[in-house]
Amino acid sequence: MSQTDIEIVVEDPTAPEDDSPSVVSSGTIEIVVCLLLLALAITLGYDNWRTGASWDATGPEPGYFPFYLSVILGGGSLYGLIVALLARRSSRETFVTRAQGRRVMAVFVPTLLFCLVTQVLGLYVASFLLIAGFMRLVGRIALWKSLLTAFVFTAIMFVTFDIAFDVIMPKGPLEAALGR
Amino acid sequence: MEAFGLLLHGFAVLLTWKTLVLMMVGLVLGIFVGVLPGLGGPNGVAILLPLTFTMDPTSAIVMLSCIYWGALFGGAITSILFNIPGEAWSVATTFDGYPMAQQGRAAEALTAAFTSSFIGSLVAVLLITFLAPMISSFALKFGPPEFFAVYLLTFCSFVGLGREAKHKTVISMSLGLLLAGIGMDTVSGNLRMTFGSPELLRGINFLVAVIGLFGISEILLTMEERLALRGHAAGISLRVVLGVWKDLPKYWVTLLRSSFIGCWLGITPGGAIAASFMGYNLAKRFAKEPGSFGKGRIEGVFAPETAAHASGTSALLPMLALGIPGSGTAAILLGGLMVWGLNPGPLLFVEHKDFVWGLIASMYLGNVVGLVLVLTTVPIFASILRVPFAAVAPMIVVSCAIGAYAIQNAMFDIWLMLGFGVVGYVFKKIGIPLAPFTLALVLGNRAEDAFRLSMIGSGGTLKVFWSNGLVGSITTLAIVLLFWPVIDGLLGRIGRKAAGQNGDATKS
Repeated sequence: MSQTDIEIVVEDPTAPEDDSPSVVSSGTIEIVVCLLLLALAITLGYDNWRTGASWDATGPEPGYFPFYLSVILGGGSLYGLIVALLARRSSRETFVTRAQGRRVMAVFVPTLLFCLVTQVLGLYVASFLLIAGFMRLVGRIALWKSLLTAFVFTAIMFVTFDIAFDVIMPKGPLEAALGR
Repeated sequence: MEAFGLLLHGFAVLLTWKTLVLMMVGLVLGIFVGVLPGLGGPNGVAILLPLTFTMDPTSAIVMLSCIYWGALFGGAITSILFNIPGEAWSVATTFDGYPMAQQGRAAEALTAAFTSSFIGSLVAVLLITFLAPMISSFALKFGPPEFFAVYLLTFCSFVGLGREAKHKTVISMSLGLLLAGIGMDTVSGNLRMTFGSPELLRGINFLVAVIGLFGISEILLTMEERLALRGHAAGISLRVVLGVWKDLPKYWVTLLRSSFIGCWLGITPGGAIAASFMGYNLAKRFAKEPGSFGKGRIEGVFAPETAAHASGTSALLPMLALGIPGSGTAAILLGGLMVWGLNPGPLLFVEHKDFVWGLIASMYLGNVVGLVLVLTTVPIFASILRVPFAAVAPMIVVSCAIGAYAIQNAMFDIWLMLGFGVVGYVFKKIGIPLAPFTLALVLGNRAEDAFRLSMIGSGGTLKVFWSNGLVGSITTLAIVLLFWPVIDGLLGRIGRKAAGQNGDATKS
């Protein structure tokens, strides 16, 4: 081999530990999901039955299809619920460990805040805050790098969407003050 | 040779500077998306779709499909160099690709992967070029009953042939069909399942759901894992490339077999993931010394990559000819067609010749350009992995939000995207497949319209689905496929019983 191999090494200092205790098992989550789906199926099924789920002279009424789909969904989740309840004792598969849960929350909570801030302050401000905050607080990257990356990325998005492609994003007071 | 003439016309449509630039941009973005963990083909296409809203449909589809080709190429890079499959369909590539890299044959493995990807998609594109016009002209004779039968066939084959637990596929599909029905009913004008909410009046947009299900949930899943990695950044020299190419004819059986498997699984909803594993396993079974697989055998790279690409490409065949996507990504492209005001289905070949043949021509050109691009730029793309995930993750979140908002200019859609992100995360973790959900969400309304139009046409009798040989056989096939696991089990039992009796007979 004549070519030179350059080694790439990336460390992950905040990686979740492998021996972290389980928070909740997959079986439990499966039961919860099946119950939620069952509730959804009943709600939607009722609404469609109200709309009209019978078969008149010209074929099915508007609620006919969704009504029977709700029945199928309900049946499927009921079956899933029974399977999950029966399998519960035998399998203790981990859904998420505590360390993993913490990491997932470290992404989910900022994303949730990002959506809230977008509603109030506009998307570009929220984008800047999310990227800078996430890089600094979760990634522990140097402050100036975080701020610079956030600014450059947000600016590129603004130029691409708002100016070049005319796709208008939600705006807040800052953009109004700048006259956009 | 009508197809050939139209294809040349397609190339003429394509060969403008603007389109070529878009093609390169699409490929680069695609490879980027393929290399990064936490993003994949469907996510990349879904997130970048809003960029194309203001383009003309031909440029838009060229760029989007190039993102897709790029992602297919990109998945192989991380599999071979880092033993981390960038995409689920490149898992099988790691089996022999990574050992090759460890032995210092990374360049050889990469060349093999890219070349076989190229061959796989080329076979699939040839198939599309000649088969798609035939199928679509045949499908022009279809009325609503035939279309409904084809939709039914698609749904049933997912349930009957899928590898996941059946009830989970059923849950996923019925949920998708239900959510597709929210909003105003297109036939009667009634409101359904809106519960008086003005936001739900518009219905749940397919692309918003996809961005959440694939984009946001993937970020959550990626964060769970350890993101440390270690590997080699290899450059590819021309000598290695020519060396691998010189040996290609030796492996023609493997390449051909994998292409065939890929095309078959791409057209039926088997998908690229199943194709890559099947390609690998069959290559191993037919090899003279199967024991050498997994220790850095070049055929172990050829087989899965060819199959994955043949499958990923041929998934576009049913989408173009019938308006039925063969994969998640094809479903998203189909959603795109609707946004650009095109009506997917066989009429596409008649009414939008420029668009269809431009797309098919771009598959040829995109793959050639893609091959050259990846062979020359591998070191640059490998070093993308040095960018910390903490910087990439929030950028992906922002891109997802922009994408979700831009579709209908609705803040509600950003919340919906977040909701679907959580749903996607939970579903993936407990093994509820997302592909049937996606397919149902995009096809739900069309399937229901077809059903109700057939009912209006026939005066409300189900016999219309067996009214002629064509529609009757499609409907019957659909029902057979739905109950395939049961039928297969019965056949197996009968077969065993017969064999058992024979065995008894020979004994006595």
